[in-house]
Parts: sequence; structure tokens; C-alpha cells
Amino acid sequence: MKFGVVVFPGSNCDHDAFSAVSLNAGYSAQYLWHKDSQIPSDIDAIILPGGFSYGDYLRCGAIARFSPIMKEVVNFADRGGYVIGICNGFQILTESGLLPGVLLRNNSMKFICKDVFLKVENNTSAFTNKLIKGDILRIPVAHGEGNYFAEDDIIQELEDNNRVIFRYASPEGNVDDSTNLNGSINNIAGIINKNGNVLGMMPHPERYSDEILGCNDGINIFHSLANYLK
Amino acid sequence: MNNYKAFVTIRLRDGILDVQGKTVENALHSMAFNSINNIKIGKYVELNVEAESFESAEEIVNQACMQLIANPIIEDYFIDLVESEE
Repeated sequence: MKFGVVVFPGSNCDHDAFSAVSLNAGYSAQYLWHKDSQIPSDIDAIILPGGFSYGDYLRCGAIARFSPIMKEVVNFADRGGYVIGICNGFQILTESGLLPGVLLRNNSMKFICKDVFLKVENNTSAFTNKLIKGDILRIPVAHGEGNYFAEDDIIQELEDNNRVIFRYASPEGNVDDSTNLNGSINNIAGIINKNGNVLGMMPHPERYSDEILGCNDGINIFHSLANYLK
Repeated sequence: MNNYKAFVTIRLRDGILDVQGKTVENALHSMAFNSINNIKIGKYVELNVEAESFESAEEIVNQACMQLIANPIIEDYFIDLVESEE
């Protein structure tokens, strides 16, 4: 199992993601430079890490989407390759059209940096098969634009097809307005694409992938994918 | 080839929460500008474009807006195009 971690100018979670999948989870990993125009053939999955690619200029993820590597990431995903976009990576995935919708400014108008609780809504996906449906994960968020928005018909399609993977919840698993961190429709924290090979999520599983950091609830997302591709 | 100048205004579509506008509105109200309401904050982009004709210049700018300058899911944009000496 080998992960490719894309490095954009302004990525700042690339090293965390690299360490989480290699040092913590025990898989191979390789950085992919944003100017690269090919993806090595031995890469099984690609991570678009968090950060502020291209300074978040214009809109978060809007410029990264047109970097040379993203053309290859889109081809990779279209061929069935597995892609995980975390935080800014999720924003890049929506801008590139690999995932529907858009991440708006948080409705609290604040940058939110804290631990949140995520309810696992679907454990049949490639990214969550080592998790239990209904389980609560403690994972940190750090974003100013994480307010998931899409047109009503898109939301309906996501819900009808179990494509909402994680929702913001209470530690007990309640999902309601009081646990809606940032204004996201239906408390959406993470979704997959139609074919189930692209995951976007605002919270940072790579930051909680080691007991030494106080929590490793995030690591099973990477183990799930390896298990699925075994 | 002719030179044109485009002035592009980008605004959030109606119904999309404009937190910047809301924040500025709250600040103005705290400054006693209570008669000011419904503030919307957008973006403004100015650019030069070379093209065969006014129509093709408009089409180039329109494509640039659709593909990058605006996100049609949440934003509307308006192009004001003029001939330029530059």
C-alpha cells in the first residue's frame, strides 16, 4: 500500500499526512510536487492535505485545482484511483468537480480550531470499513471555510445514496443544530463521490493518528483504505 | 487584434450566507449607523484582454469567469467590457 501526498505551495499538513500514513499506519508514502505532471504507477491512493494552497487567494482551492498535478489527480480518480482530501484538500476536490458542492465561510464568522466529534454514518465505504456505523470519532478541525453547501437536489442525492460519511455530532452521538460546528447542511463533515473512490472531509484524521498525541481515532481511515485495497 | 478592458464584479448569489457582509453590518450598527442594512460584500476584478472583436473578448472573459474567477455554485458575476487604448 503506497500513499502519495500532494504538496502545493501553502500546504501545511503534508508532513502530518505523510507521517500518519507512514510512521503511524505503517504504509509507504511519497510526496508529489504540485508541478509534477505524472503520478508514479505504484501509488495506490492520493492525499490532498490541509493548508492554505496558493494563499487561499480568490477562493479556497480555486487555484490549486489548476496546478499540473491536479489534472493527473482527476485522471487518477476517473480511472478509479483512491483520493482523500482533508480540509483544504476537500476544498480543492469541490473546486475541481471531483466532489459536489462548496465549502463556504463558517456561519459563526470565526476560524474554528478544536477537537470535534464525528458520527460515522457509513462504514461500508473504502475509507470507513474498519469503523463501526454510529461510532463517534474525536478528530480536530482547523478551518475558516468548512460550511458545506450544495443545492437541494445534490444534498438529496448524497443522503439517498449514503454518501454522507461523517457528521458533526455530540460525544454521545446526537446530531442537531447544537452540534453543527460551522453551518454545514445536515451537519455534513465528510462525503464521498458517486463511485466511492474519493473522500472529502474537513476534520483532520492525520492529526489524531498516534496515541502519543492523545488520540488515534483518525488512523482507521487509512487502515480502512489499505484493508479495502488488500 | 484589439485591446479591451474588463471590469468583473462577483457577488454571492441570493440566499448564500454572506458572513463578511453580516460582520460589517454588525460593526456599522455598533457605530450607530442603524439605517444601513443588508450589506453584501463581493469581489472586483479588472483585466486587459486582447481579442479580434468585442464579442470574442466578452467570450474569453466569460470563460475565465466560469472556469476560475467565479464559482457558479455560489456566485454570480457581471462583466463590464470597454475598448481600451492600453
